[in-house]
Amino acid sequence: MIAINGLRKRYGASEALRGVDLRVEAGEMVAYLGPNGAGKTTTIRILTGQTRPDAGTVLLGGVDLAARPVQAKSRCGVVSQHLNLDGDLSLRENLDVHARLFGMDAAARREGVARVLDYVEMGDKAEAIAKTLSGGQKRRAMIARALLHGPSILLLDEPTVGLDPAIRRRIWGLIKRIQGDGATILLTTHYIEEAEFLADRVVFLDQGAVVAEGTPAELTGRLGEWALDCPSNGEIVSEYFPSREAAATAAAALPGPVSVRRVNLEDAFLRMTGRNMAGKGPAAKGHGGGH
Amino acid sequence: MLRGTSAVFIREMYILRRRLPKLACSWAVSPLLYMVAFGYAMGDTLAGGRPYAEFLLPGLVAMSSMTQAWGIASDINIARFYWRIFEEFQAAPIHPAAYVTGEIAAGVVRALLASCLIMAIGLLFGVDINYLSPMLWLAAALNALVFASLAVALAMLVKSHADQAMLTSFVITPMAFLGGTFFPIEKLPGWAQPFMDLLPLTHAARAVRAAAFGQPPAAADYLVLLGLGSCGLVLAGLCVGRARD
Repeated sequence: MIAINGLRKRYGASEALRGVDLRVEAGEMVAYLGPNGAGKTTTIRILTGQTRPDAGTVLLGGVDLAARPVQAKSRCGVVSQHLNLDGDLSLRENLDVHARLFGMDAAARREGVARVLDYVEMGDKAEAIAKTLSGGQKRRAMIARALLHGPSILLLDEPTVGLDPAIRRRIWGLIKRIQGDGATILLTTHYIEEAEFLADRVVFLDQGAVVAEGTPAELTGRLGEWALDCPSNGEIVSEYFPSREAAATAAAALPGPVSVRRVNLEDAFLRMTGRNMAGKGPAAKGHGGGH
Repeated sequence: MLRGTSAVFIREMYILRRRLPKLACSWAVSPLLYMVAFGYAMGDTLAGGRPYAEFLLPGLVAMSSMTQAWGIASDINIARFYWRIFEEFQAAPIHPAAYVTGEIAAGVVRALLASCLIMAIGLLFGVDINYLSPMLWLAAALNALVFASLAVALAMLVKSHADQAMLTSFVITPMAFLGGTFFPIEKLPGWAQPFMDLLPLTHAARAVRAAAFGQPPAAADYLVLLGLGSCGLVLAGLCVGRARD
């Protein structure tokens, strides 16, 4: 379980986190969603002990991170958004160092390294030097490393950023499998489809504050089921409808190219913040789909 | 703390093992050049009452233990800024002191290996000193402790590789030439000598040289190095702790 209360962090004049409260129950996967600069990585950096918060508390598996950092960190596996394998070491050596950092004895290291490499289907790459691996392989190796010491909590910071769609889907499959094995997962992402596909619950973060949370269906359902996108003054304006028929009827009445699609989390984020995941603010209108 | 220290140390040893052939070549180049250029050129010229090659070799050991221990700062910076592996250490359940001691131990090992290589060059050149004196190796290790701990501290403070290179140019290079490596500091003007005594390398060179010549060790040199090394350890611990923003 992850429990964050009143988390605040300021960098000079900029307030990165403004009293964030967040809870991830045991076995739950929560997507922490927001545009670049929303404060997602700052939150993860605090959870991993890389940054000190100005205020607030963090409990990891019930252990206070500030009071007992060693015990709290030992419950977590972290996949950074940076491909941070030790490039000069082989994959096995990378994992061995990690296992030693987490106090695993020689037998546990041997067994654990073989197990996680098998888990991410990279047993044949154990002796490969990390810098020679592809981006997708590095990411899978980082997931293997995060799982090596058997953490109950997994912190995934933009785990598929920079990967092509096919590799991204493979990583999603892996994350789903880890979730199925009972891990508590906090996933930061700015990929809407990633959050929709993976998360039990989504938390929207904007400008350092949580603006909404709920299941993907709860968040999108407030707008309606269907969206109509039409160009207006050089940008796309979206209108929301409770049914496909209503959206199609509205589309037929409009001149020029329009498209009808299902409402997604980006629509919900846009409606709540006035900005999309890229931090820009196109217009949106609702038609009886609830707000 | 021991598990963290050993993990950090073993990581460095994995890297060292992989790079050792190349590193050994690079460690040998400068001492070889110095031995050829100064050792042969100066011939039997006396320095400190000894043939110049005998005077030079312990100085090179002291200098090399300094530069190789200091060199871990570059590796730490590569780990921080390029591989971003420092994040892994920050997220691991280890105390900052474990990171510090692991890196420093790796720096000392690297410095002593480089010193061994210089000794081998000395043997090759037929330089007659006391190669196996324990006090010689203790002085080299203490000198490495001083500079490895400073390297860890400063690697946490610099913001780029360029900053690191600048520090080396302004601090380490002048010290290498002024700290009693190549000439007895007694040859310097009287007003300059007290300043040279402020340099850790001066004490290291003096201690290594005395041990190499079978002279009784000067406790003050060892105490200065031990004191500076202890201060460096504390400073490095503080800097690693503060590396969290």
